[in-house]
Amino acid sequence: MSNEIMRLKALKKSYNIGMPNEVEVLHGINLTLSVDDFTALVGPSGSGKSTLLNIMGLLDQPTSGELYLHGQATSAMDDLERTQLRGRALGFVFQFHHLIQAFSALDNVLMPLMLHQGKPDNEARDRARALLAAVGLEKLSDRRPNQLSGGQQQRVAIARALATNPALLLADEPTGNLDSKSAEEVFALFRKIQSEHDCAVLLVTHDPRLSAQCDRTINLVDGRIVDAL
Amino acid sequence: MNKLWTEWVIAIAFLREGRMQTFMITIGVAVGVAVIVFVSALIQGLQANVIERTLGTQAHIRLLQPDEVNRLVPVPEGVVQFVNEDKRAQRLRSINNWQQIVAALDERTELTAVSPIVSGPALVLRGEAISSVALVGITLERYQQIVPLQDYMVSGRLSIGADEVLIGSQLAQDLGVRVGSKIRLDTGQQESRVVNIAGIFELGVRELDARYVYLDLRQAQSMLGLIGGVTVIDLRVADIFTAESIAQSIGRLTQLRSESWIMTNSQLMNALSAQSLSTNMIIVFVGISVAFGIASVLSVSVVQRTREIGILRATGASQQQILRVFLLQGALFGLFGSIFGVAASYALVWVFNTFGPGLFYIPVAQSLIVAAVSLATITGVIAAAIPARRAAQLDPVEAIRYV
Repeated sequence: MSNEIMRLKALKKSYNIGMPNEVEVLHGINLTLSVDDFTALVGPSGSGKSTLLNIMGLLDQPTSGELYLHGQATSAMDDLERTQLRGRALGFVFQFHHLIQAFSALDNVLMPLMLHQGKPDNEARDRARALLAAVGLEKLSDRRPNQLSGGQQQRVAIARALATNPALLLADEPTGNLDSKSAEEVFALFRKIQSEHDCAVLLVTHDPRLSAQCDRTINLVDGRIVDAL
Repeated sequence: MNKLWTEWVIAIAFLREGRMQTFMITIGVAVGVAVIVFVSALIQGLQANVIERTLGTQAHIRLLQPDEVNRLVPVPEGVVQFVNEDKRAQRLRSINNWQQIVAALDERTELTAVSPIVSGPALVLRGEAISSVALVGITLERYQQIVPLQDYMVSGRLSIGADEVLIGSQLAQDLGVRVGSKIRLDTGQQESRVVNIAGIFELGVRELDARYVYLDLRQAQSMLGLIGGVTVIDLRVADIFTAESIAQSIGRLTQLRSESWIMTNSQLMNALSAQSLSTNMIIVFVGISVAFGIASVLSVSVVQRTREIGILRATGASQQQILRVFLLQGALFGLFGSIFGVAASYALVWVFNTFGPGLFYIPVAQSLIVAAVSLATITGVIAAAIPARRAAQLDPVEAIRYV
């Protein structure tokens, strides 16, 4: 499958390994994400959604099994390689619109580019401005995060996640902390991104109204995928 | 270097955001650096002053004829010899081949002045008054490089022509003479001579001002019965603290007794090195407390920024980049603190020099400032090492969840 982005194979994750309270959170996940996927990852609390998302985001490592990103096995990579791959291929949006307070909206969007290439050139700045414009915040680019509303901050976070032109956008309850109007707007934005930026989207959500609007739903129950479509 | 740009931007943004912390630790570093620079400059000034006063009136190295000793006839093996030995009286003797020695020493670049001197005891008589003095026969232009006599003249001319002598202010007072007066010099060599006082000097050391009589080398040679001879060769070296090793090497080469000022002023040197030791201890301990101050502020900062560190990691920052962000913060604390500290110490030195007791002047060497700033910056980096490592090793997953 040529348009595969990420493939998870028999992926397991345990905590407190070797201790009496060892617990396996993910029991062998097999999953493939493609370029044009717009997927919702749903499941009750404690089902392992966040763990799975962190592993997919290369922030955490599986205990066993393999994660292929662009066909590349990642389990043998060291921290620096995974960091670079993460910076290049993945974008994150968190529930609590984690922006860095010390920087303006524009600089927050520039951050992944700066971490990757150093001092941003004009091209990078133009791209960051274009992304802010795409999320409708071109006029607020110099504001600090604490001068923006929750929905605006989340849109900045989305622009930041897109800065490196990632193949996959991972969002952990991106609307969980927003009122329903902002949530609608942010969700619409994800849709727009997926179609305009050729970027697969995976949303973790509790909200059945949102998951119903996704193309594909993955149900995670007790660390197992049930009737994935 | 382009890579480091991002770390700079993040470090500076963090410092600006934590304004109060940054301000306070910068003041803390500044106080420490100000103390270090001020104390160092004070001690440097004090020591330079003491050394200058001591060395202003003496040579750095003196070469003398070795003492005459009794030579004992060697006895056969197994024989015990009991000797009742009287030490020999040391008569005034000339240094052998002193012209060659002076010519050889003139070639050495570590010496800045070489002055052959003939020196011996004499009595000064004027009317009823008798005073014992030391005759010092000199070549003016050579001796001037050892002791700048023109700086010490209080009256008369700096001249030691025929029958002209220079005497110290204390001796002039004791004898009740002034420039132009005549005195009789008696060396106990069936020779006594009447000379004119051409000038009066004041070296600032009472003993010398009461005892020294400077006169022309030839005149002194004839009065002391050492025609063509010299008894001492005075030397001056470029770096005063190398005097001892130079003295030793010259002593070995010339087979003369070689005394450096360091040896003849061992008390002074002990005092100076004890002072330096205590200064260094102050510097080290102030430095350590500054380092701990920086380390503790950054440790707190790492905890406060745990979540932001997690976000940076998730957006593609490597462990190395996080490490550098915090090392840079430590370096910036040291840099800015030391710049303010140096400015403060300048002010302190200015106050001391302007309003202080005026006993001596404190110079602030540029090398001291450069050293203070760079040492403080390096200290900042070292102090930041532990918190920076902790920041770099934070688990991004947990860091992001941290509230």
